[in-house]
Amino acid sequence: MLRIGRTIAVSAALSMASLAAAHAWQPTKPIEFVVTSGPGGGTDNFARVVQSIVGKYKLSPQPIIVTNKGGGSGAEGYIYARSSSGDPQKVIFGTNNAYLLPHVVKTPFKPDDLTPVAAMALDEFLLWVTSQSEFKDTKSYIAAVKAKPETYKMGGSQSKDTDQTLTSLIESVAGVKWIYVPFQGGGAAAVQLAGGHTDSNTNNPNENIGQWKAGQVRPLCVFSTTRLPAGPKVTADMGWGDIPTCKEEGIAIDRFQMPRTVWLPAKVPADAVAFYVELMKKVSETPEWREYVTRTVQTPRFMTGAELKAFVAEDDANNRKVFEKEGWLVK
Amino acid sequence: MDGIASLLHGFGVALTAYHVMLMVIGVMLGLLVGVLPGLGAPNGVSLLLPLTFTMDPVAAIILLTSTYWGALFGGSTTSILFNIPGEPSSVATTFDGYPMAKQGRATEALSYAFLSAGFGALLGVVLITLLSGWVARFALKFSSPEYFAVYFLAFASFIGLGGASPLKTIVSIGLGFSLAAVGMDSISGSLRLSYGFDSLVPGISFLVAVIGLFGLGELVVTIEEGLKIDGIRARLSLRDVLRTAADMPRHWLALLRSGAIGCWMGITPGGPTAASFMSYGLAKRFSRKGARFGQGEPEGVISPETADHAAGTSAMLPMLALGVPGSATSAVMLGGLMIWGLNPGPMLFIERPDFVWGLIASMYLANVVAVVLVLTTVPMFAAILRTPFAVIGPIIVVVCFVGAYTVASREFDLWLALAFGVVGYIFKKLDYPIAPMVLAMVIGDKAEDAFRQSLIMSKGSPAIFWANPLVTTLMSLGLLLLLWPLIARLVAVARRPIP
Repeated sequence: MLRIGRTIAVSAALSMASLAAAHAWQPTKPIEFVVTSGPGGGTDNFARVVQSIVGKYKLSPQPIIVTNKGGGSGAEGYIYARSSSGDPQKVIFGTNNAYLLPHVVKTPFKPDDLTPVAAMALDEFLLWVTSQSEFKDTKSYIAAVKAKPETYKMGGSQSKDTDQTLTSLIESVAGVKWIYVPFQGGGAAAVQLAGGHTDSNTNNPNENIGQWKAGQVRPLCVFSTTRLPAGPKVTADMGWGDIPTCKEEGIAIDRFQMPRTVWLPAKVPADAVAFYVELMKKVSETPEWREYVTRTVQTPRFMTGAELKAFVAEDDANNRKVFEKEGWLVK
Repeated sequence: MDGIASLLHGFGVALTAYHVMLMVIGVMLGLLVGVLPGLGAPNGVSLLLPLTFTMDPVAAIILLTSTYWGALFGGSTTSILFNIPGEPSSVATTFDGYPMAKQGRATEALSYAFLSAGFGALLGVVLITLLSGWVARFALKFSSPEYFAVYFLAFASFIGLGGASPLKTIVSIGLGFSLAAVGMDSISGSLRLSYGFDSLVPGISFLVAVIGLFGLGELVVTIEEGLKIDGIRARLSLRDVLRTAADMPRHWLALLRSGAIGCWMGITPGGPTAASFMSYGLAKRFSRKGARFGQGEPEGVISPETADHAAGTSAMLPMLALGVPGSATSAVMLGGLMIWGLNPGPMLFIERPDFVWGLIASMYLANVVAVVLVLTTVPMFAAILRTPFAVIGPIIVVVCFVGAYTVASREFDLWLALAFGVVGYIFKKLDYPIAPMVLAMVIGDKAEDAFRQSLIMSKGSPAIFWANPLVTTLMSLGLLLLLWPLIARLVAVARRPIP
């Protein structure tokens, strides 16, 4: 009964669209933005910025509802996507956890349950130390950690997530070993570093900016191929552009970035995917979007189609290597 | 005076037309919730919580706290007029309030109750204002061991001072812990206790649990006990209120003593219910008129009311500053804070001064709003109780289920709420306390995380919990409270005269 109803709805939409001849597919009821984090998280901000831009420029004929399904580090949202298979009115917002989570956590969803739409920005990672320490540059800090293995504490978000993956990468290329302390999220890791309870963390710029402004933490280097855009000074004498890349400082990691991704459930019509690709592309070209990525110090990069596929494949393979080495893979 | 400047800033935040409107709405809703038996402050607040998800945190907390104050006032009204405590914390008010009302002194009893409640609330807020600045300075000293020590202290004080049997409290906490463990474990990065059910992956929402435990469970108990409504008409004339107000200073000793008890019980998680009973008991013992308690003695109304409200307001301080709720209602609000993306704890005072001081300022304002509103609307609310329970009961059930569904729009949550309703009923029947379980559901996984983070930092040595004066003090205090029932028993045995 439901399927017949949907077929009728789809064919009705199709015939209307062919009359309008503008888009092959148009949403016919309110679109649901499924956020794979809790309110206030990075993914939540991402989805809500997109929602407000779509609303402001009237890019969608239908209204947008944002729902947070962040349970199980986002697994809740992806499982919801799997149960909504074939429904093109549900758009899922996430990070690389969309394809990395099933490697390390026993979840009922698989990457095949999602149709890729686009990646819209790359969030950067930095190496930060507490201002209570004497370390002013990467080399002296890494040397100290090397001299005393498993003494210095690296704070970060939950285990087997991006922060610990990056920590493991640094450990293997630099030949060092930290005590990794998992906190509830980047915010908690930032506060602990500010209080001097941990020695370093690998937070995103946006997670540590408050503590940096207050002079409680110090950035050492950024895990990117090039330096961040200069912009205005954050503290009295430093801006984001003054932070060297970790490669310059001798850590042999080209880049470590986290994509902000958009997905649809599996088995949706190809022209529906095309509609959302076009929608996200328009969003990424607005001044509001540029303001958002600048404010949160992310790198704007719109990827879709084959380019996105290649990026995902490479990112997946790189991370898998670390998971394998650390023995995190679930059977 | 840093605190005063911050407070003035807070008044700037709180005093907008929108916020004052929310206070009025909140107090009115609270009065309704408080007046209706079977719908108390914790479930009233938890039913409103989903509505606040899209609100600005300051507006949201003002709405919820105002509802709380309203519920506290509403609970006393029915205690006095109908001998039905609308709230567990106003049970003690019935002892002397109802006899007074029966003697035709209903106005007097209500005025005493509202004015002393207002005084108690004010005392609680002043205490918060004075202590907040001091709390904020501790902020950055807190790491995982300190957090664990504070959580430990909270659980221990529930066991040692909660009033219920210590063993039953431990059982309740244990159940809460296991429910909190369902879902993602951030220390290991693995899923736990989901048994392959998709619905269990996000974990069990404490909100749904609270709605079932307090709302449905309590309702069944109310139905079972049968509801006898034997009301007394209330008419409040300004002259009577003023006369009572003029009489208040005579009871200064009772006011101060009860206020002190309330503040203490609010900051340690004894909660308003324990505070009001304790205050009544002590007043009966120490007052010169103690022998006349139970027959309509004003001090028998003043003492529990002052302590009740002082505890209700001061319970907000440990919730904001340490993430440790001092009452069941603040345990629900604590959950709300996290949903709004705020991290309760000492850092909140540094990161979100607008929120903290806006809230504190709103507590002064909302309590004034509440006193004015109750004095003017009491007869109207009392009329609600004349509606048959057969009408009110089903409405409460509907409200509970709608509330449970709005949490995450999942059908599974409806079944969960029903299951928790059964659990709540069983708990009530067997006299198990519910609040420790709610506390464990809200901060259980945080306590576990803090414990494991500490041990990761120390490479497995428990000495980290005694590593500095701050954490040592907290842990020792916690252990003392945990063992308090045992110590008290030993002392009693030692004192018993040898025959």
